[in-house]
Amino acid sequence: MRQFDYSRAASPADAIGTDARIIAGGTNLLDLMKLQVETPDRLIDVNHVGLDRIERDGDGVRIGALVRNADCAADETVRRDWPLLSHAILAGASPQLRNRASTGGNLMQRTRCYYFYDLDAPCNKREPGSGCGAIGGINRIHAILGASESCIATYPGDMAVAMSALDAVVEVEGPNGRRDIPATEFHRLPGDTPERDNTLEPGEMILSVRLPAPLGGRHIYRKVRDRRSYAFALVSVAAVVAMDGGRMSNVRLAFGGVAHKPWRVPEAEALLEGQAPAPDLFDRAAEAVLDGARGQGHNDFKIPLLRRTLSAVLAEATEGAE
Amino acid sequence: MSEPIEVSLSHRMNFADKEDLLDRTTQGIIGTPMDRPEGPLKVSGTATYADEDHPPGTVYGWLVRSSISKGWVTGFNTRELRAMPGVLAVIRDKRMLRNPAQGQASKAPYQGPAEIFYKGQPIALVVAETFEQARDAAIKARADYDDRSEKGVFVPAEAKYEAPRSQQSSQGDLDAAMDGAAFAVDVEYHTPSMSHAAMEPHAAVAWWDGGSVTLRGSYQMLGSNKAELADSLGISPKKVRILSPYVGGGFGSKLGISHEGVAAAIAAQKLGRPVAVALHRRQQFETTIRRSESRQRVRLSCDAEGRMTGVGHEAWVSNLPAETFSEPVSQATPFTYEGENRKIGHHVGRLNITCAGSMRAPGEAIGVPVTEAAMDELAHAAGIDPVEFRLRNIPEKDPSSGRPFSSHRLADCLRRGAESFGWHNRQAPGARREGEWLIGMGVTSAIRVNMLEPSTARVILLPDGTARVETDMTDIGTGSYSILTQIAAEVLGLPADRVTTVLGDSDLPQSSGSGGSFGAASSGSSVMLAAKAVRQKLAKRMECDPDELTLKDGYAIAENRRRTLAEVLAGDTLQGTGTIKKGLTSLGHQQASWGAQFAEVAVSSVTGEVHVRRLAATFACGRILNAKTARSQCIGGMIFGIGQALHEKVETDARDGSFVNRDLAEYHVPANLDVPHIDIEFLDDRDPYANPMQAKGIGELACCGTAGAIVNAIANATGHRFRSFPVTLDKVLEKLG
Repeated sequence: MRQFDYSRAASPADAIGTDARIIAGGTNLLDLMKLQVETPDRLIDVNHVGLDRIERDGDGVRIGALVRNADCAADETVRRDWPLLSHAILAGASPQLRNRASTGGNLMQRTRCYYFYDLDAPCNKREPGSGCGAIGGINRIHAILGASESCIATYPGDMAVAMSALDAVVEVEGPNGRRDIPATEFHRLPGDTPERDNTLEPGEMILSVRLPAPLGGRHIYRKVRDRRSYAFALVSVAAVVAMDGGRMSNVRLAFGGVAHKPWRVPEAEALLEGQAPAPDLFDRAAEAVLDGARGQGHNDFKIPLLRRTLSAVLAEATEGAE
Repeated sequence: MSEPIEVSLSHRMNFADKEDLLDRTTQGIIGTPMDRPEGPLKVSGTATYADEDHPPGTVYGWLVRSSISKGWVTGFNTRELRAMPGVLAVIRDKRMLRNPAQGQASKAPYQGPAEIFYKGQPIALVVAETFEQARDAAIKARADYDDRSEKGVFVPAEAKYEAPRSQQSSQGDLDAAMDGAAFAVDVEYHTPSMSHAAMEPHAAVAWWDGGSVTLRGSYQMLGSNKAELADSLGISPKKVRILSPYVGGGFGSKLGISHEGVAAAIAAQKLGRPVAVALHRRQQFETTIRRSESRQRVRLSCDAEGRMTGVGHEAWVSNLPAETFSEPVSQATPFTYEGENRKIGHHVGRLNITCAGSMRAPGEAIGVPVTEAAMDELAHAAGIDPVEFRLRNIPEKDPSSGRPFSSHRLADCLRRGAESFGWHNRQAPGARREGEWLIGMGVTSAIRVNMLEPSTARVILLPDGTARVETDMTDIGTGSYSILTQIAAEVLGLPADRVTTVLGDSDLPQSSGSGGSFGAASSGSSVMLAAKAVRQKLAKRMECDPDELTLKDGYAIAENRRRTLAEVLAGDTLQGTGTIKKGLTSLGHQQASWGAQFAEVAVSSVTGEVHVRRLAATFACGRILNAKTARSQCIGGMIFGIGQALHEKVETDARDGSFVNRDLAEYHVPANLDVPHIDIEFLDDRDPYANPMQAKGIGELACCGTAGAIVNAIANATGHRFRSFPVTLDKVLEKLG
């Protein structure tokens, strides 16, 4: 069999700076290891290092990397002040998976591209230089934004989309100390190095995710998918909109299922900020989001789908509010 | 203990049943919603499925997949694999299968792992001491291929189609009927390849004792499976025993012997050790069987009063080269509705993609939803309510063959179902809206041919007054253990806890097996006959006519005499053997089970998502043997229909025919949230031409039409017709504009 070393970290320090793959809930990594899509030589289990609490941090909150998705979604403070995050988490996976999946691990979730899973298919993400099976293949679930010639895969998760909208910060520690990575910059575009999903450096470990002060307003996470539960987003829209004297304020928008990372377009938010809600304004915001969007054939529908879903979400977020 | 006293009854179904035995017995257990006797084992995880009970010393095999789609294997890194830790053998045996046997084949399917016909075809079996070692070695397997000589055909548009003469028919002049009709529709529908995706993936463990092999596997029809395994291995069926005590779903994918069974038997023979081979979910998708995709042209015409004058149904399906099975798409079309002018066409294209075979209601499952959607289109064109339109066109006798129907309850189902569902609340297309959601209702008739297959069973009444039922019948989740227990208990007048049912062993009397919805009626009839033979013997001992004997709660009662069965048996064991055979009633009468289904859907005008809000069905399928398992079968079938309407599609890469979405994350079957409340109603029904129990098939009927009701409801909600299944949101968006 394929051998690997397994050790259990007693504290984050045991895992930081090693070349071992960190395993927490294992809901994605173990599946990939069984298929040998992932073949780590060493695993270090961080399930017992603590980091499993949600704590106040000034006006914000700090979510430990080992807080389970189910616990995060159910947390009273999160539900009250950042309901977007709770909604997004509950829109993903199944109760069993959410009980096991961790905050840090969920950020590390890998793509669901069919060709990434098939060892006999070309995939630059799995095997750099082998080509991309999805381009010219079946690409219904693939990216319309930020894709490259070498990879059109999407980041499949929901939680990180909400975190991007909420301006969350991923707190990581590596051999050279701690640093903050804005959630919007945690995942990256594939470019010609699609094997890298994110900006985490070797030896770094996610310690926590910090949410800044609550934005108020309405929080909507609308996930559009092929079945009502246990399916990845074709398009998801995370939106926070407050209303102030009939005008939109504190607008935050992020999109899932459309790119290699949660998609955030500050220009679109700026278009809406301080304006009275109106359908043509929503359309212009959608145009800004979709600037440069390009379908691969099977996924062309995601372009109008995103536009329509965003308009509906903005209408819902602003309807009847003063 | 003395030798059992043997009695037997064999019955050929040449005439309508007049005896009505199960309506005259008095135990009162038949038809009740009795819990499954094996239920506690299943819910506690102690029912041992195929891969959950390995003999000591078992080693593990893993099938290696072909990474090309067409060509030949010319070399293999056997030496490298053999050097890996724990690897015991790399087997490339000519007897290994290209694809599983089709249902009831009773002979080996196409064999040989060297010539490749489709991507993912097993080309070798790696056997190792542990499961993980075998899997790792299989992943490291590298074959040399010759794929230059001929390119595969991967898309239906490029396939060569055959039109078997026996599968074409016509009467009257359909073209003229269409031209002269007051209303007509000429439409083309598409259904995709689908996968059974049973909860228990295929698995088998084989061991040899001298020249005899025992295979513990997950199969539906042990009688034919035994013959298929024997023929594949080149040994006598007498040397084969197959055990399938529990089967975690089949839906047709386990009708025939499959790769894992034959490979396990070959490996166990070579190594002299038990070998277990389980398929990974990804292998189940690409190496077992699929339901063929279909293109269907439907032509329907009617006069100004909505009376149908023409019915045309032509289908194009596919399979691997040399496979004789092809999905009989139009199976129910010849007899469902009126129309003097008719045409049936059937075309089979040859594709280099995974073998096509039977999947729950092969034929009607994809044919009925399409013809029922086309019926809806014609009703709409004629301006007639779709329920009323169907009622106007129900024939008195089979309009194609002229045969009478054994029983015909479609009109009753439609009327009763429409009333229960509240069909009168249906509005004009596009008229009902709740916020962004467009609401619609749809109807379908449900039709599935009814079959009887030869079946034998033993019922043994022991001296203590308990009974044992023995047959090689399988329970694939359907409830065979329940109904066979109930039938024997009813006929012998025993409480259910005094009857033990033993199934899933090919050494037991050969049954029909589970398939085509004939299992309950066929194996049930054989159990009933076996018990009846015992009953007749008891009557003799009670010195009365069998008709005057009452058996209830373990007592035999005749006139004013009442004795316990133990007293009547006086230490003897009575062993009854019952055999049912099909006869003239399957030729002289058109037999089918009937139903009407209703759906209410909500379609998002924003995203195109479709939610099924309500499903209801009224069925007439003869006597109901167990109200609970029958209802469960219908619920399951209708959920199958939801998947067919909205979710399920094997995504096939046109470049190499590979199935790309071969896991349950990306091959979508309905999740709990997709399934609304489902109302099931059974009409009190008997079909005396079907079998001596007057019961008929259920499990497939329930999925024959559901998808039609759903697309008809979508049309009512949106005002648009969707002629390509599944109706995913991208297709809806395209029309919503």
